[in-house]
Order: sequence, then structure tokens, then C-alpha cells
Amino acid sequence: MPANIERTPRLDRWIRVEENGTIIVSTGKVEIGQGIKTALAMIAAEELDVSVQRIRVQTADTEITPNEFVTAGSMSIEDSGSAVRVASATARQILLELAAEKLDADVSSLTVEDGFVTSTESNEQTDYWSLHSGNLFEVDINEVPSLKDPHTYHTVGTKTTRTDLVAKVRGDVAFVQDLRLPHMWHGRLIKPPTANSTLVECPDVIDLPGVEIVRDGSFVGVVAQREELAVTAAQRLAARVKWQSEPLTPAMLGIPAYLRTHVSKSLPVVNGMPLDEPVAEHVRPIDAVQTLDASYYRPFQMHASIGPSVACAQFVNGKLTVHSHSQGVELLKRALADVLDLSLDRVRVIHAEGAGCYGHNGADDVGLDAALLAIAIQPRPVMVKWTRADEHGFEPYTPAAVIDMQASLDGDGRIIDWCHDTFSFSHNGRPRPSPGHTNLQTAWWRGKPITPVPRQPAMMAEVGIHRNLEPIYTLPHKRLVKHFVAHSPLRTSSLRSLGAFANVFAIESFMDELAHAADTNPLEFRLAHLEDDRAREVLDLLHRRAPVLSPDDNAGRGIAMARYKNRQTYCAVMVDVHVDYDGQVRLDHAVISADAGLVIDPDGLVNQLEGGFIQAASWALKEQVTWDHEGVTSRDWESYPILTFSEVPTIETYLVDRRVDKAMGAGEASTGPTPAAIANAIFAAVGVRVRELPFTPERVKHAAG
Amino acid sequence: MRIVLSYPNFQFILYSYIVVTSAFNKAPSYIQALMTVTLTINNLTRELDLDPGTRLIFVLRDEFALNGAKLGCGLEQCGACVVLVDGQPTYSCTKPIGELAGKHIETVEGLVDDDGHLHAIQDAFLELNAAQCGYCTAGLIMRVKALLSDNPKPSRAEICAALDGHLCRCGAHPRIIDAVASAAAKLRVRER
Ligand code: FES
Ligand code: FES
Repeated sequence: MPANIERTPRLDRWIRVEENGTIIVSTGKVEIGQGIKTALAMIAAEELDVSVQRIRVQTADTEITPNEFVTAGSMSIEDSGSAVRVASATARQILLELAAEKLDADVSSLTVEDGFVTSTESNEQTDYWSLHSGNLFEVDINEVPSLKDPHTYHTVGTKTTRTDLVAKVRGDVAFVQDLRLPHMWHGRLIKPPTANSTLVECPDVIDLPGVEIVRDGSFVGVVAQREELAVTAAQRLAARVKWQSEPLTPAMLGIPAYLRTHVSKSLPVVNGMPLDEPVAEHVRPIDAVQTLDASYYRPFQMHASIGPSVACAQFVNGKLTVHSHSQGVELLKRALADVLDLSLDRVRVIHAEGAGCYGHNGADDVGLDAALLAIAIQPRPVMVKWTRADEHGFEPYTPAAVIDMQASLDGDGRIIDWCHDTFSFSHNGRPRPSPGHTNLQTAWWRGKPITPVPRQPAMMAEVGIHRNLEPIYTLPHKRLVKHFVAHSPLRTSSLRSLGAFANVFAIESFMDELAHAADTNPLEFRLAHLEDDRAREVLDLLHRRAPVLSPDDNAGRGIAMARYKNRQTYCAVMVDVHVDYDGQVRLDHAVISADAGLVIDPDGLVNQLEGGFIQAASWALKEQVTWDHEGVTSRDWESYPILTFSEVPTIETYLVDRRVDKAMGAGEASTGPTPAAIANAIFAAVGVRVRELPFTPERVKHAAG
Repeated sequence: MRIVLSYPNFQFILYSYIVVTSAFNKAPSYIQALMTVTLTINNLTRELDLDPGTRLIFVLRDEFALNGAKLGCGLEQCGACVVLVDGQPTYSCTKPIGELAGKHIETVEGLVDDDGHLHAIQDAFLELNAAQCGYCTAGLIMRVKALLSDNPKPSRAEICAALDGHLCRCGAHPRIIDAVASAAAKLRVRER
């Protein structure tokens, strides 16, 4: 039984049938551009035998939908998908029993097409919406109903149009930003230079009539009836407020050294799990013929959503309602209640879509900003938007990481010893409950401040820093260590694939280095250490689909692969690059192969894999958060560039479809292999090994010596 | 005037010219340099009394309740806000409306015809699921409309060059590029 059904067993919390023939499916997950609404609609349509168009998916609302926690970790298909499947099959069973009674037929003689139920004995017909009445679904799901045989699927596994896109291409209401509540005001913030700044001077008035200044300690916001006015007011006020700040420490250039020297806790990792034990001393095997060492680096990087974070809040009669694009509305509700000292029943968070970001960006923080402004101007609703500079400067970043690798080869070129040490900061900055603390940043700045949740190393399997620290290869001796560094100069949290990006980058670059040291082709070298058949098949598929490589001197091809979290989607990536004389890397072509088990929405899956590749390629080639003693300096798209249309390669994606295997999350599967495939391709092209992200022309030239 | 609002465990200080409660429901009357500006948006002409420095995006979104133009950066760096002004792609996030008198402004909403049919470009984006979150979509569609009226058969490189003023964080680029090629083909067939 899916865990989320056990937690919320009532059928009508998941499925409702409307009189007009619409079927409403409720999920506690949210749409972040990953296409979950479409995938869940397909799953429900399949089990219920209705067309996808009949399904309307209601996403997270703390007062309506089942609590399915955070939309993260590529778990939506596995969590919500399996719950919706069971709920839909249960609903179908109930409806069919009723139909059998009504048509005076045996359940086994009934056929269903798009919700119309026909008895093959009498040819008489009825439909779901006339069968469904009153409290029919007010029952608990206590056992797993019989589920459709995947071989008979006709909806799941086919291409469909994304259900949410129609509104987006038409310009209909689709995003939080499009909400227009009656008497709604607009808010903007005056953010400090850094998170540790204190407000020392702030004018009481501003020369714009009709604008209110809201102040609470070092939190400063403006509200106005017109958005334009709020923008102008915030700009004018920002020029007049004075702050006192401590410099951000350590300084940017010192990060790699700092990570190695300021470890709070070192934990051995065994089978993907960190153990609270001393790290065993490492002894190099005596039969080692060659030992290689290499260090890799990932800088702080950001979500960098195209739309800055936004929330719309209203406080009426002591009750707060927040419309938010948070990926964890239940966590946000809890955090808001804690910070504002409200009981849980006085806070409601309703999800509405925002711009895609794949992780924990400013969405939750701006929820508190909006709540504070809404309380100040109650009962009016207020739409609060961060600016581009707010978003780039204050979203929680993904942490920098240093990865030290060492491996020894025997005389046959086989790996006989493998050491992997990752030094990094926390990935766990979501607003989770913690008495006396909060991760909602604005609360740190208020008159009565609440301090941040102290950072602890995450101890579950395959999370945070140690996600994918465990290699997929079968190796005789491994020493894997996670080094957790508590104090970070910048606030950090979850970004697509967490530590897997840096770990897989290091592992798969290092495999390439070892292959060259062993004088073997990188594909053969991987296969020689790989026992997992599904992984081998994905690599084989990649190899078979490889196009002819450009014969140019400065062209090269690299491959890399991983299984996300060592338990979800297998993904292999091949990249062809050209490297110019000035160190500029051009991505020419990419091939992706993946095994995500049963494929629900093939086009959506391809979109995810390719989108993940492009985001990761952008991190690999261009992105790093920069700061100086005055604060973060990468505050717009010029100082923090991302991949452009001209820089995106052509991509082909191939899927292994496994009808009978369980569907696995895939949204983060391609991110880890991508930077390694690019680094390996650069090496193949010009013989230069780049180990520090991003691979800017300067870095490539520097690595070339 | 200084108002102190207190609420359970904290205090707000609210500085303002007007008492908040009395401003509720009041007509806006606080803009300094009002001017009557005549704007034509999606073939609809309207007169507005606004500060001529008001940026177009706020007029589209807040006065006309149009959702197409999205606020992304306000810096002419991302393209989320792009609309057409007399057929030219224009960043609505910085464009003062004072410069737009007599010009025709077109947003993605204006591409849907009177019978509710989508434009070929919108159709192509839908058919190819050429988005993930879709925040960049409307701006791109407007840019593509201008591109295809100048160049009905753009190459991949020409498409990319035209779209380089737009950013997409979700990585939907390959399908967006394909959707442009597909829209171009559809339009050429329709024109024949
Ligand atoms: S919002 Fe206008 S270019 Fe970004
Ligand atoms: S689809 Fe999300 S920004 Fe382009």
C-alpha cells in the first residue's frame, strides 16, 4: 500500500467525480514545470478508463489536498503517482460494483470507455457521473485493489499535450503573479546588503503619497495600491536607508581551502548511508601499480528562476491565507504559524505556479514577507514580488563542494582501491519545524529576531552532501567520506539533485582519468567495473545511438553515467564539443539514454531529461555565485549568465521502456552525468583536464597551462 | 503620520501619509504627473490617466489584466516581458507608456482569433509541449511572431540568434527551437 494512502486513506480526499463528467484528482504535490499534473492525470485516466481531458488535477492546498510533504527528490511519480493509481483503481471498483447492480449484470461483463459503462450481456449503458452520488467515496482505502496490467495500458506511455500549457500559450491566468484579488495592494522590499546587515537609518516618510512603509527591525517593505508606485517607492527608499554589515566570511577565493580545514563532522558512508563512526584510516593496497589523485570543485550556484519569487497574502479576522509557489506548502504553513505565533488552523497556504526553479528558492521567504505586509495592511490582500536583484542575492544557493578522489589500479588496469571525500555545506535549508528557530530568512531580521535552524549533517540514505557519493561500480575496496562543514558564508539549501551533481561530476570525470591511465577506452573501462545489468544496458543504448564524431582536431566526445540516488532512474550522457583556441567550449551535440522503469509520460520524461541536461550544462559552463566584502555581486543575468539558445546543443534522447518495472523519478537523473561528460569531452578534444566548475574559457586556458 | 499596529508578539511601525483604513476603497489619487495617454492594445483603444513614465508592463498587467507579459528582471535581460509595438519586439518592463501614443501594442492574448482559435505559433508550442514551467513562453511567442514575419523560413542558427534575448531556466530550448520551425512551416502552408 502506498505510504501516502496509509497517511490519507479517505478516497474522496484523492478522487471526486463531478456531475458534469469531470473527475478531480487531488495531490499534495505541486506543478513546477516538471509536468506532474499531466503525468498524474494520465495515471488516473488509465486506471479509471477515462480520457485524460476529463481529469482535472488539484495541486497542493493545505486545506484541501492530502499532505504529501515536499515536491522534491524526483519522488512525485513514486509517491503521489502510486497513491493516485491505487485511489483511481479503488474508485473504479466502487463505480463498477454500482454499475453492475444498476445494469443487473456481472462486474466481469462490464466494459468501460471514457467513463461510460456498458454491459456486454444486455448492451445497456450508464456512466460514472450518474452513478456517483453523495458520499459514495467517503470510504477508506484499506487494501490495494486489483490494478490494471501494464501490458494493457493505452494512456500511460503515450504522448499527450501538457494539460497546463494551453493557459500559458494563451496568456490566461496560470501563475501566482496572475492572481488579482479585489482591493489587492502591491508590495516590494528593501533588502539589506547581506543577510547579516542591521538597519541603522530609515526615513519615516517617502515623497510618494499613498505609499506605506512597513518596518519591523531590519525588515523594510513598502506597500502601495499600484505596483508601479511600490516599485518606485522601494527604489527611492533603498537609496536612503543605511545599513551596517559584517563582511561575508570566508571570502570567495578561500572557499576550497576553508572547506578542507573547517570540517564540523566527518562521516564514513556505507551503502549510501552516513555512519556516526570514526573514519577508518586509509591504507594503500600493496599491489597497486598506479595510484591517481584528483580534486574537483563546484562553486555556489543558484536556482536562478526566470520569474523572481512572489507571494500573495491576506490576513482577515486573524486568519492568514498565502498563495505561494513553494514546493512544500505544508512546511511553509507550519513555519509561518511558528514565526507569526498563529495556530495551525489559522494559516492556509495554497499553491499556485511560479516560474520553474527546481528546488528551494525564495518562494518560502517571500511568503513570510507577504504575510508581514498583509498583516500590516489587513484586511487587504497584497502581492509581494522580489526583484531580480533580491532573487539573485537572497535565494538559498546550492553549496560549494570540494571532492577529493584517489584510486589505485592493479597490473590489469582494474580498480582495486577507491577513496572519495566530499567536503561541503548543508543542502537542507527548507523551512522545516525546529523549536526556537526558523529558516524563513526574513524572521532573522525582525525586531524580535528568530535565529536560523542550526545546520546538522543529514543522516538518511542518499541525501544532501552524500547523494550519489556511493559509486555505481562494483569495486573491491571503497572508502567514502562525507565531510560536513556547518558554517557557510552564504545561505544554502536544496537545488536539483543536491550533492549528486558534484559527486557524479567527480566520480565520472575520475573514471575517465583512470580509463586513460589504464590505457582503456572509457566505455570499456566502465563496463569492466559495472555489474548492474540495467546500467550496462543504458550505456549500451548510448553507445549504439552515438552519431559519427566530427573529425576536427579540436572536437571531442565524452560520456558519463549514474543511477540517481543509486535507486531511481539510470541515465547516461554523451556530449560532443568543440574547444576554441581561446578556451571557449561549444556544445555541438548530446545523446541521452535513460531507464526510468515504466514510462508514464514519455514526452514529459524526455523534456525532464533534456531540461536537466541543459540546466546542468549551464552550471558546468557558466554559473557561479560571486561575492565580495559588501555582499553578493552576481545580482543580475549579466553577472550571473546562464546558457542561451545559441549555446544549447542539439539533443537526442532514448528511453529503455520497461512496462513491468516500477516507474522511477527522473527529474534529476541527467544533471550529475552532464558536467562529467562535458569535462571528458574537453579532455578528448584538447587533452586538457578541467576539474573546477564552471569551465569558463579562462579556466580551460588555465588548466591547459 | 505614524501608526503603530500591534499584533500578538510583534509590532509593526507603519509610516504613511494616509491612514490605512481610510484608504481602503479609495480611488487612486496619488500620482503626481498625470497625463491622458491613448493606448491601443490588441486592437482595443483606451484612454488612461497615468504618469507617462509608467512602464508598459504594469499597465498591461494591472490596468488591462493581461497576463502575457511576465516580469522577469525589469532590466531588458531575460525577455519574459516581450510584447510587440508596431510589430517590433519590445521589452515592456522598461518601456514608458508616454512613448507609445498612437502605436499598436500586441500581446500573446491578441494572437487568439475572435473564434477562439489559436495562432499557428501557439499551436506549435502546444503540439510540441515546448515548455516546462511556461514562464518564458509568452515572451518567446511574441518574439517568434516578429521573427517569422521578417523571415518565414529561418534556419536553426537564425532561430537561436533571434531568441538569444530570451532566457529559459527549465531547459526547454530544444523543443522551443523545434516549435518555431514547425510554426514557420504551418504559416507557410496557410499562406499558400
Ligand atoms: S522582464 Fe523585461 S527583459 Fe526581463
Ligand atoms: S519553461 Fe520555464 S523558463 Fe522556460
